[in-house]
Amino acid sequence: MSTIPTETAQPGRASLFYDPKIRGYVYQIVLIAVVGFLIWSAASNAIENLRAQKIASGLGFWHNAAGFDVNQKLIPFSASGSTYGQAFWVGLLNTLLVAAIGIVLSTFLGFFVGVARLSSNWVLSKLAMIYVEVIRNLPLLLQLFFWYNAVLKPLPDARNSIALPGSIFLNNRGLILPNPQFAPAFQAVVIAFFIAVVAAIAFYTWSKKQQERTGRQYPNGLISLGLILGVPLLVYFIAGQPLSFELPQQGRFNLTGGLQIFPEFVALLIGLTTYTAGFIAEVVRAGILAVSKGQTEAANALGLRAGPTLKLVVIPQAMRVIIPPLTSNYLNLTKNSSLAVAIGYPDLVQVFTGTVLNQTGQALEVVAITMAVYLTISLVTSLFMNIYNKRMALVER
Amino acid sequence: MKKIFAAALVAAATTVCVGGAQAQTGLLGQIKTKGVLTCGVGPGLAGFGIPDAQGVWSGLDVDLCRAISAAIFNDPNKVKYIPLSSKDRFTALQSGEVDLLSRNTTWTMSRDTSLGLNFAGINYYDGQGFLVRKKLGVDSALKLAGASVCTQQGTTTELNLADFFRANKMKYEVVAFASADETIKAYESGRCDAFTTDASGLYAERLKLSVPADHIVLPEIISKEPLGPVVRHGDDNWLDVVKWTHFAMLNAEELGITKANVDEMLKSENPEIKRVVGTEGKFGEAIGLTNDWAYRIVKHVGNYGESFEKNVGTGSLLKIARGQNALWTKGGLQYAPPIR
Repeated sequence: MSTIPTETAQPGRASLFYDPKIRGYVYQIVLIAVVGFLIWSAASNAIENLRAQKIASGLGFWHNAAGFDVNQKLIPFSASGSTYGQAFWVGLLNTLLVAAIGIVLSTFLGFFVGVARLSSNWVLSKLAMIYVEVIRNLPLLLQLFFWYNAVLKPLPDARNSIALPGSIFLNNRGLILPNPQFAPAFQAVVIAFFIAVVAAIAFYTWSKKQQERTGRQYPNGLISLGLILGVPLLVYFIAGQPLSFELPQQGRFNLTGGLQIFPEFVALLIGLTTYTAGFIAEVVRAGILAVSKGQTEAANALGLRAGPTLKLVVIPQAMRVIIPPLTSNYLNLTKNSSLAVAIGYPDLVQVFTGTVLNQTGQALEVVAITMAVYLTISLVTSLFMNIYNKRMALVER
Repeated sequence: MKKIFAAALVAAATTVCVGGAQAQTGLLGQIKTKGVLTCGVGPGLAGFGIPDAQGVWSGLDVDLCRAISAAIFNDPNKVKYIPLSSKDRFTALQSGEVDLLSRNTTWTMSRDTSLGLNFAGINYYDGQGFLVRKKLGVDSALKLAGASVCTQQGTTTELNLADFFRANKMKYEVVAFASADETIKAYESGRCDAFTTDASGLYAERLKLSVPADHIVLPEIISKEPLGPVVRHGDDNWLDVVKWTHFAMLNAEELGITKANVDEMLKSENPEIKRVVGTEGKFGEAIGLTNDWAYRIVKHVGNYGESFEKNVGTGSLLKIARGQNALWTKGGLQYAPPIR
């Protein structure tokens, strides 16, 4: 060891033990090994205990008969023939349904409130402020109970349903609509719809190119709308109106037949939408404020009116600030939908982590699957939002 | 650094070993050492397990916890109550969070055989029924075709409900809630035509409605719901303690031993009574307790009949008839193996 001074003088030949790079690798490997060992021992410990206590484990329950019913289902499900696996899909689809609609609605509402808060109209901006402060500062669960009762209370019972025009009924079992029955020829309408969408996109691309070449602007929105609505409608009449409706009938207790929108769904959707919109409004406000005032002034100096200024100058720049926190809010909305369990909406947590877990008793598997599902939903949402963010981000040349 | 790491590893390893060794001495030993019994009870069902304004728990299921505590510690109050929803109860028991589950839990084969649990007797014979509004004019569950039914999720109730409507070829709509409170509230708000759970639960939950008299329990009982205490699989001694606590209360009622006369009974010459109160035989020691274990139970908590009358019977708000829960000598189903 007395020879160290002469050795350290030559950095290239230092002992491996003191090489920072090698040391770094060694530490990383040790860390991975320790973490791996902990996970492995926890898992084997759990498996051993389950076996010792004779608790059933594994995914064998997936194909067992479920034996219970769910009211809202997007795929066929019945107590007589369905399995726990199908119950999982019923719950997952219900979660995705409420999350997807909630994300769209809360985005619109959030943008509106966020812009309203910055409005020069005093009443509008104060109303937006009160909305944001009230919504953000009350627990979501409480709001869900409020909405559930607010949705249910004013509605009459099933025997005294409010009859709306077009065989639509409203009562405390939900909104009952005529159930559409599609004849085979309806396929043509669907195909026409997709063709119209493709045509609209093609027209949009063409008009953009025209604008860049000649400066002439086309009413893109109106033409797209006309195509997407008009073409399928035309085909519908040509195909001889291949759509009939099963009308709701008054039964002993409820209306039978018809398509039912459950109050649990409506209450959950309103709760999630208004709650998340409160946060989105703040994100939007912050994003708009982040765009320097000079940008608006410059746009005005170029002769742009207020509308195009907002659309072409302010919003695109604000979006860069808005998108990352917006992603978090979308994820929160999806995860918060699990509070549905409190108001009886059959989402993934209620059906799978609630009923299936209790009927099978296989907590480890069911909870692990549920966690994996929420993780996947969140990661996929993040991925798409990140791709969108990349496209919107400032391109430096 | 390395030494500290090695020491930590050794420490971790020894803790694991000690933990393993302790598990083998049995749950009863651990409870005696801890000085407290951890009892999983319902989150609040009148008559069966409910805390009052001071947080003192009472009810038929709670009395079983108190009886076990009395048998072990000669004190019915050394119990820590953990309220468990129907959704969490088995996980809490499996993971050792509670020593036993005493909360209207139905004994079914799948629960007994695949959850790593053992049922230790039946302290209440129940069956599932329906509660409806009187003004609906429904007098039978068979007239509920097309009805909307509120229920608590994650219970055998959901399964029986599906079976019943399927067997009678009736359509219905189920609305399931996580807690009993939310369920009965939804029923009251008119979301559902009927509320279903075990008949005992219907009587208890009806008390929460604003005008209980406007609602009736339909006569049909659509299932068998034997309710009783549950313990973890693999500790036979602890299973014996829980099982024989319940049987001691039944035997005491059958022999006429009550909270009031139990001290006199110590002087009884009747050999059956002598074996229960512990003046003859070593039955308590056989299950790791003292020989006066049953005396302690009756002295502090009372016999089964006393507990029943006080909590759910004529002495309570529920006013449930003894019915199937009467002793076998009086035409009921409650039957305890003899202490001998």
